[in-house]
Amino acid sequence: MTPTAIDFQIMWNRLIAVVQEQATTLIRTAFSTSVREAGDLSAGLFDRRGRMMAQAVTGTPGHVNAMAESVTHFVRKIGADNIFEGDVFITNDPWLGTGHLHDITVVSPTFRGGTHIGFFACTAHVVDIGGRGFGPDANEVYEEGLLIPIMKFAERGAVSQDLIRIVRANVREPDQVVGDMYSLAACNEAGDRRLQTMLGEFGIADLDGLSDFIIETSRKATHQAIAKVPDGSFSHSMQVDGYDDPVLMAVKLDVVGDTLTADFYGTSGMSRFGVNVPEVYTRAYACYGLKCAIAPQVPNNTGSLEPFVITAPEGCILAAKRPAPVSVRHVLGHLVPDVVLGALHQALPNTVPAEGASALWNIQISARPSDANSGLRNAEVLMFNSGGTGARPAHDGLSATAFPSGVSTMSVEATEHVGPITVWRKDLREGSGGIGALRGGLGQTIEIEPRDGYDFYFNAMFDRVENAARGRDGGGAGAAGRVELSDGTKLRSKGRQLVKNGQRLRLSLPGGGGYGQAADREKTLVAEDVRAGLISDAQAQKDYGFKG
Amino acid sequence: MTKLLNRVGVDIGGTFTDVALEHAGGLATCKVLTNYNHPEQAIIDGIQIAAQKAGIALSEITQVIHGTTLVTNSLIERRGAKLAFITTEGFRDVIEMRSENRFEQYDLNLTLPKPMVPREDRLTLNERMGPNGEILLPLDPAEVDAMVATVLEGDYEAVAIGLIHSYANDAHEQQMAKALRAAAPDMSISISSVISPQMRELPRFNTVIANAYVQPQVADYLGRLVHRLGDVGVGAPVFMLHSGGGLISVDLAAEQPVRLLESGPAGGAIFAADFARGHGLNSVLSFDMGGTTAKICLIEEGAPKTANTFEVARTYRFKKGSGMTVSTPVVEMVEIGAGGGSIASIDTLGRIQVGPRSAASEPGPACYGRGGDEPTVTDANLLLGRLDPDNFAGGEIALSTAASDAAMTERLAASLGMSNEQAAFGVTEMVDENMANAARVHTVENGRDIEHFTMIGFGGGAPLHACRLCEKLGINELIIPPGAGVGSAIGFLKAPFSYEATRGLFQRLDAFDAASVNSTLTELEAEAMAFVRAGTKDAQTTTKLTAFMRYAGQGWEIPVSLPYKSFVDADQAEILAAFEAAYQTLFGRVIDQLGIEITNWSLIVATVLPATPAVERHGTGAVATSLRTRQFFDAALRQTVDAQEVSRAAMTAGQSVEGPAIIVENETTTIVTSAYRAIGQGDGSLRLIRKGDAS
Repeated sequence: MTPTAIDFQIMWNRLIAVVQEQATTLIRTAFSTSVREAGDLSAGLFDRRGRMMAQAVTGTPGHVNAMAESVTHFVRKIGADNIFEGDVFITNDPWLGTGHLHDITVVSPTFRGGTHIGFFACTAHVVDIGGRGFGPDANEVYEEGLLIPIMKFAERGAVSQDLIRIVRANVREPDQVVGDMYSLAACNEAGDRRLQTMLGEFGIADLDGLSDFIIETSRKATHQAIAKVPDGSFSHSMQVDGYDDPVLMAVKLDVVGDTLTADFYGTSGMSRFGVNVPEVYTRAYACYGLKCAIAPQVPNNTGSLEPFVITAPEGCILAAKRPAPVSVRHVLGHLVPDVVLGALHQALPNTVPAEGASALWNIQISARPSDANSGLRNAEVLMFNSGGTGARPAHDGLSATAFPSGVSTMSVEATEHVGPITVWRKDLREGSGGIGALRGGLGQTIEIEPRDGYDFYFNAMFDRVENAARGRDGGGAGAAGRVELSDGTKLRSKGRQLVKNGQRLRLSLPGGGGYGQAADREKTLVAEDVRAGLISDAQAQKDYGFKG
Repeated sequence: MTKLLNRVGVDIGGTFTDVALEHAGGLATCKVLTNYNHPEQAIIDGIQIAAQKAGIALSEITQVIHGTTLVTNSLIERRGAKLAFITTEGFRDVIEMRSENRFEQYDLNLTLPKPMVPREDRLTLNERMGPNGEILLPLDPAEVDAMVATVLEGDYEAVAIGLIHSYANDAHEQQMAKALRAAAPDMSISISSVISPQMRELPRFNTVIANAYVQPQVADYLGRLVHRLGDVGVGAPVFMLHSGGGLISVDLAAEQPVRLLESGPAGGAIFAADFARGHGLNSVLSFDMGGTTAKICLIEEGAPKTANTFEVARTYRFKKGSGMTVSTPVVEMVEIGAGGGSIASIDTLGRIQVGPRSAASEPGPACYGRGGDEPTVTDANLLLGRLDPDNFAGGEIALSTAASDAAMTERLAASLGMSNEQAAFGVTEMVDENMANAARVHTVENGRDIEHFTMIGFGGGAPLHACRLCEKLGINELIIPPGAGVGSAIGFLKAPFSYEATRGLFQRLDAFDAASVNSTLTELEAEAMAFVRAGTKDAQTTTKLTAFMRYAGQGWEIPVSLPYKSFVDADQAEILAAFEAAYQTLFGRVIDQLGIEITNWSLIVATVLPATPAVERHGTGAVATSLRTRQFFDAALRQTVDAQEVSRAAMTAGQSVEGPAIIVENETTTIVTSAYRAIGQGDGSLRLIRKGDAS
């Protein structure tokens, strides 16, 4: 049977369901909290040349084309004549995978009738990878844990016991990490079963025709969308906190007809600490930001990603060179969309949001008995928290909501069962949204205290403490973040610190920037904000000239 | 238990109020238009019609069993009470911050649903419980008094109270509620430790708020209903179908209306479950397709699958995350925006998309000729010969093929460069694909293999699509029950009295404390039993126990069925084995050496249903008389085929027809594709079996 255009459309629809099922399988079986709660994973199908055909929409745009690129590295390193039925490949190389050692990528070739027709690939953030643990304090990637080069996890169905032994010997939670490696392989198998059924149903032997259809249709639609962006060269920059020294992120967009290039020339050099970003991860977030504004409706595949040509000069902080430490590359990575959207704003006014808190305020808490001989247990607690997003041309920003990341927060009640901490407060940070015709989203305030008998360490990896999210078109900046004890003692915004029994850690998460002149904000909206206590009477009067 | 006669089931849906009356001569059913201003009037009209058909007096009715989507509608339409929400200081914004994520990744202009209670009406108390119920900060009586004053000044109609960790210790919630009741005896007060005593503040707060929000209205409506029924001579007790698929008294429903959110759709699942039991089918996928949405539910061992949280009032194209998560026992259903009225369009990539936008009943599909000019699934079915324009709804509505043709050409076929038939095929395939994908994902999420399931299809649209869906899903057997148009109302008559009591009680399995579990379970059983006994004094009951468990470090629990008994500490091993078996089923493996936790307990007391009589099943049969030969487009073959048209009435037990065939009746049309044959069954069902399948 020769597939018709309708058949191709149906199969495309089916493939998106197949990769979504692949992702669901992984979410439900993974141990890693960030996979489960934050959707920090990726799953996709590739053709035999390594071109991505379909990808699940998950919580992490950071994997969008990082994983798309990684499969071509596997094809190159493994060698086309060394790919056998039953093989499973693996790596966590930050430069060939998705940007840090905690992300393991697994690629499984798929066969039909003995012929290699494509690959399933998936990526997940594992609970531990050895080294110093998840945090920015290392000075080289070697300190950040075990690096698995591109290699075979299984050959012709036989799992490499040597690799398993090495991993087990190097990580803090061997059962969970090795379990997750098997989960990754299993989710690819789940995808493959559905793919085989579909190929049988439609009577086709390989993916080539379908792949061309998907990729060329998407490429055409993406080019058409880019063509609607006015031609020109648009430069923009943004300063953010970095680890110890401020970081300048600079970008130049060039739009010529239906092509778009973005280059991060002028961006600061690398940090000595693990906030550096491999270029692949920068590309992923830059592409995500641009795609949201220009072609949001085109599904992710090689055809919809390649038209965005994104580069950063090697050795800048957004294209870190080996052996730079890259463990918390997400902090600057999450800020990348703000800078590219700022440039795009010049070409497409009234389209993109103001700057937001953007980088997640994840906090890893290690609770330790104040008295080592008390017999109390150590406990680890991970929380995901978001500040405010930037105001949009027609809507206020979203308060305490993740963007660009798609993660979810966890229940405080559940968190307090995980470890001996009390979260006394987790509510909106009043007055923190940038002023404007449209108000920036509010950040949030979190207060955490160790419970009786405990102190805790926390690993700070917070940005926008020194550099607030800026408004757009006359809108004001959101409130900057603050890291302190509840008595006002200031703490550092990066690195490991101690909170003693009886002290309370207070995190004030940044608000998003405002959009347009505050004077243009509708009075009814100001009145609503006052009534809801999102801004004070005094702020209303000072910022908006509003008297209740 | 002897079968009680003259019970009547009433389902109020968005468009129709359905009535089913079981009497000595069988089943009398009718549909009347829903009356939005006086829903009870439509019920009375419907019951009168059904009683007349059955030939009984209203006074002979023994029970009225009612389910409704009205509670959900009042949440969606925000027509509830002016409400105050009292919570713990520091947690005022839980319901506004939600899970801090965006449910649509690529939409820069996304807006989130507005919280049910505006921020200024969310009031806080300085108090705090710890995770094990310990008091970290006591509640000062002076503060309680001040709060009472604030509430009284605020002119509120209802109050919801939800404090942190109240499932573990409800003292502060009770203290606050007691003071409010003393000061305002008529105020509607809902507290989270009663309405939804489970760990996780967001769903618990949402649930207590939803309850308080609709409570005054629902109580008022149910009061009027009982009164009006009495006025017209129906003196029978009224029971409500709750979302979990059982019956509760009207008084309890008036106090805890949040338990009614899914009561209508749950009736459909019970309807299907009854047929599953009659046919002796242990693994069933129920598929209910109407005008706007399709619902899918797993039915195993004759019982619909239940869950203890679900999302209500989705605001964004049925998208997960765009609604409000509530934690209350519910029949677990997947709902997607796919129905006969779903509109087909072309996206920016030139692909056919179907739904979730719906032409609903007004203007309806283009072929209704009521001004709809966009092609819908019904239009596509008409163009493919699956519907007969002259015999739709028993000939009451004449369908215009010309209007379908025009809509299909203008909106789809011309720009796709296809014939109308090709475009129509694309539309039905896409909608079938969407439904098949949803069904597949749901079974995978439950660790089941869909190919071993039997489908039961009902609702106006299912018989047209179910056979193709089975082809896509690799399902070999399909049952189309009779009376599918009023399935929920019939389902109400098959429901047990039941009540599910839940409680958060966090323990590590290696420190399993049987004494505290037993005392919690005793309370839960007493609570559940009291509510069941309010409906039936002497019926035999069963008690089902479920523990929600996980490996330490995981964020989601899985339900683990356990025997209901008095536990001893040494039962750890038994509980561990049950957990591992459940985990293995869902995820295909277990993990050694990890700690295991129990978070919540759920206990259901239900009356034992009379055994459903086994249906006389037929696998082959004599050839049914064909009315004529008609043509329809067979999707799997990609071609138009000559089909036998057979009247449903002719498909009596043991009569069969080979696909391709079309079985027609007033309410719907069943398409039998070329790959299947249909056989009439002893209970009036149609059974479709894949040709060549041994069964």
